Amino acid sequence: MDDGFEAPYRLEYTYRRSTGAVIGRFLGALRDGRLEGVRTAGGRVLSPPLEYDPESGEDVGAPVDVGPGGVVTTWTWVAAPRPDHPVARPFAWALVRLDGADTAMLHAVDVGGEPGGIRTGLRVRARWRAERTGTIRDLECFVPHDGATPIDVARPTTEVSGPVALLPSPVRLDYTIIAGRHLRTYLSGLAKKRIVGGRCPRCRKVYLPPRGACPTCGVPADHEVEVRDTGTITTFCIIRIPFDAAPFPPPYAAVAVLLDGADMPIFHLVRGIPPEEVRMGMRVRATWVPDAELAPTLASIRWFEPSGEADLPYESIEAHL
Amino acid sequence: MSGIAGRDIAIVAFVELPPVSRDTEREEVELVQPVVSEALARAGLERRDVGFVCSGSCDYLLGRPFSFVAALDGVAPWPPILESHVEMDGAWALYEAWVRLLCGDVDTALVYAYGKSSLGDLPRVLAQQLDPYTLAPLGVDADAIAGLQARALCDAGRATERDVAKVAEGRRVSDGAAAVVLAAGATAERLAKRPAWIRGIDHRIEPHQLGARDLTRSSSTRLAAEHAGAFARRPDVAFLHAGFPHEEIILRDALAIDDAVTRVPSPRADPMIVAGLTRIGHAAATVLDGGADRALAHATSGPCLQQNLVCVLDASREATS
Ligand SMILES: [Zn+2]
Repeated sequence: MDDGFEAPYRLEYTYRRSTGAVIGRFLGALRDGRLEGVRTAGGRVLSPPLEYDPESGEDVGAPVDVGPGGVVTTWTWVAAPRPDHPVARPFAWALVRLDGADTAMLHAVDVGGEPGGIRTGLRVRARWRAERTGTIRDLECFVPHDGATPIDVARPTTEVSGPVALLPSPVRLDYTIIAGRHLRTYLSGLAKKRIVGGRCPRCRKVYLPPRGACPTCGVPADHEVEVRDTGTITTFCIIRIPFDAAPFPPPYAAVAVLLDGADMPIFHLVRGIPPEEVRMGMRVRATWVPDAELAPTLASIRWFEPSGEADLPYESIEAHL
Repeated sequence: MSGIAGRDIAIVAFVELPPVSRDTEREEVELVQPVVSEALARAGLERRDVGFVCSGSCDYLLGRPFSFVAALDGVAPWPPILESHVEMDGAWALYEAWVRLLCGDVDTALVYAYGKSSLGDLPRVLAQQLDPYTLAPLGVDADAIAGLQARALCDAGRATERDVAKVAEGRRVSDGAAAVVLAAGATAERLAKRPAWIRGIDHRIEPHQLGARDLTRSSSTRLAAEHAGAFARRPDVAFLHAGFPHEEIILRDALAIDDAVTRVPSPRADPMIVAGLTRIGHAAATVLDGGADRALAHATSGPCLQQNLVCVLDASREATS
């Protein structure tokens, strides 16, 4: 369905995470081209490290060197790698138990692109990136290793050493958002210069847009009713600070408008009056964009302007604040 | 466990939406409102009679922060109600409601969950629950991780190559919602002819490092089952929450479910965040309608069955040996 009511949407968080002493040290070792684990009170070696012993809940003890060789304990094949994967050609995700460790690390194993090259029990070694920054990706992947040949140890590439305190940890997820029938009703109306709300069959309140449930009655508030494009300012805010997405140079007024026939205000802008004269109870009328520019968006109403009618008393808007 | 505060708690109603693979019409609140209305109607309760409301949902599924606030309209939260939320499967919301009822000051609770996973890329959304230091930066997704567990079970001789191949087909999910009504003591007996008494409920979790776990066993399921009293008497029927066939093999082993127990297979398409609650709901429904005297329900969350909840339901309020 592609009728303009479906849109791509990206969720992004630019997190940086503090690592703590145990993980920070592990990441610092990766930057040096070394693999570490931690020893528990019970004598087990965990790599990657945990901050606690999963068997007892106690703190973990001293770091210990592990690897650089290891063995595959289980695996799964990736026939079509994504651009953000560690290996560009088909590869295996595997749990690799590093020599000297009692637990296993999840990472990629590059076996040359052929699924026949991977098996449980395969001996592997780390392949390091030349440029390392203190993340798990400093270890580029594991590759098969016969176990006899000595393994080259990566050499530190930076002057920096010691634990990594902060780790960039961005989140980026893509969605397709869908308006849903109520928002579609509302937005389609705006493209025709109509403002369509939904009435609750129990309390008779009219919501804009129509709503899946009236918060007071718990039943759908979707009996369609058209409300007028005139209304009353219930409250307002003067914007005095410029920002990138500002619709006008400040100062200007953002308002909550209770449209005639609705029980819930919509948020918009008011023009045609100095901002300092905007007030609660003031009567306004919608200024629509030219017909050729009408679209399924609230931006079809350009702004509101004073209608010239007398202000309404506070009591008439009190219940809608 | 039910004797903690000397209060017996039962499930008296359960309703779920028929699963839809991709719901383009309804917003979250419209998934919630019908199941909540129907569950309360079956229990013979008005919204204002409900003592406590607890919901389960996940903002990452929808890509929308605080989506559960909008969905709350479906339970008519105005005037204010006693309400809580878990960013987890609804099974854990039910656990919170059970604890709340044990406190003794309220006699009824409504639990609901909704999930719309069709808007995003589910394996990547689920990857958000992975360790952010050593797993998330690799770009590994939830289905690939399930493949590691399937392979490990196959290597152990307890799963087949066919089970492993099932993982590569991916998880089948749907959009959906479900609601459950709980009641305590005499109230439960008044609201249902044959209440499904919660004779035990417990949940346990395993380390977030996959390589620190034995992926071929579910120690957390076993522990939760012991604490829920699941081994005291064989259930007539069991509802297991498994995303893949190999997970069911692991769960049957952990719960000691043999062929004498009727196993209800997981549906072809499960709604994320709702599925665990539906297992408890269906188990309760079989007791409520006389289909079984004792039913076991299981819910899972996290990669490779990381966290597990076990609930034992019985037609008998008193412990029988
Ligand atoms: Zn109403």
